[in-house]
Amino acid sequence: MIAAQGGDQVAYRALLSAAVPVVRRVARAIGVPPASVDDVVQETLLSMHRLLHTYDPARPFAPWLNAIARRRSIDMLRAQGRRSTREVHAPIAYEAHAEEEDRYVAVEMKGDAERLRPAINALPEGQREAVKLLGLDGYTLAESAELSGKTKTALKVSFHRAIKSLRARLEGSG
Amino acid sequence: MTGQPNGIDATIAELTASLQPVRKLAPPWIGVALWLAAVIVLAAVLYAILGGELDGLVERPWVLPSLIGSAAAAALAAVSAFLLSRPDRADAWMLLPLPAVLLWVVSLVAGCIAGAGDPETWGTTGAEVRACLTIIIGASVPLSALAIVMIRRARPERFARVALLAGLASAAAASTVLILVNPHNSTVLDVAVHTACVAAVVTASALVGGRFLRSA
Repeated sequence: MIAAQGGDQVAYRALLSAAVPVVRRVARAIGVPPASVDDVVQETLLSMHRLLHTYDPARPFAPWLNAIARRRSIDMLRAQGRRSTREVHAPIAYEAHAEEEDRYVAVEMKGDAERLRPAINALPEGQREAVKLLGLDGYTLAESAELSGKTKTALKVSFHRAIKSLRARLEGSG
Repeated sequence: MTGQPNGIDATIAELTASLQPVRKLAPPWIGVALWLAAVIVLAAVLYAILGGELDGLVERPWVLPSLIGSAAAAALAAVSAFLLSRPDRADAWMLLPLPAVLLWVVSLVAGCIAGAGDPETWGTTGAEVRACLTIIIGASVPLSALAIVMIRRARPERFARVALLAGLASAAAASTVLILVNPHNSTVLDVAVHTACVAAVVTASALVGGRFLRSA
């Protein structure tokens, strides 16, 4: 870890690789579903990178790593909890949705799409692809990563940058 | 490669490629010491400007415990905030300032009860209550901002709790300054204003400071 803090890439790679099984163990112990364990691993690796400067070499490394892994696991469980309370069983959602309202929404969405299209087309290739897969086609992060051949991290970064550019552009155009 | 699933291997490769040497954080006690030094400077300046009667600290039985309680609460809440800004410190550190806060509150209330009917009790006029409000808000806002700016580089994961503790440390430090400047027992109105000011500073720090820390 001390070598990694000094910029030693070989040591850093070894450290991140060694952290993966530890993070998996923490995530499972906290109750993260098996399908989401790798997402927790990815998020923990990103957090480790962001918080690298906070590690105190005078202290043991394991509590530092465990604390970050535990928080990312709890974040994942909270996010899943929020999603499950927002989601409505499909048949109920369909019956509850008025046809009249659907027509208005469709007209509104068409307007939005027409407004967005030039802005999306103006985005760099990577960002455009991320918006298309994640935003327009509705693929999950894992599916989008598989289809594009990019990592989830790269897709997330591209998507966030694209949203920021679109927001700036649309706010600018009123 | 490391034998991990592709996504994890790719993330490790990306993070490794983007690694730069990092400037390590100074130990938390250095941050605490610097912040307490700023508190002492501010208290000395306010004492020099506003004056004070140190005799009152010993003449009135509940004033000194109140001063010790608020000063200890400021120091311990600062220790707690700087420690909790590090990812690997236990949540239990949050309880560190609790005994000092209890001493501070109990002695304020006891002083209020003991001073009932005393003509030198503080907070009987609107001007005195306004002075209490001005000193607590005026001193704690810059102290809280300073603590949060100092802590921000640690990118605390428990940002709301850290900001709340920074607000508590600042409000307690401001209360210490107030007691030094006005070492009298307080009226019920003054204790109520004092408590409301401290609560407002702590809440504002948790909300505004928490947002600032979150964006680090």
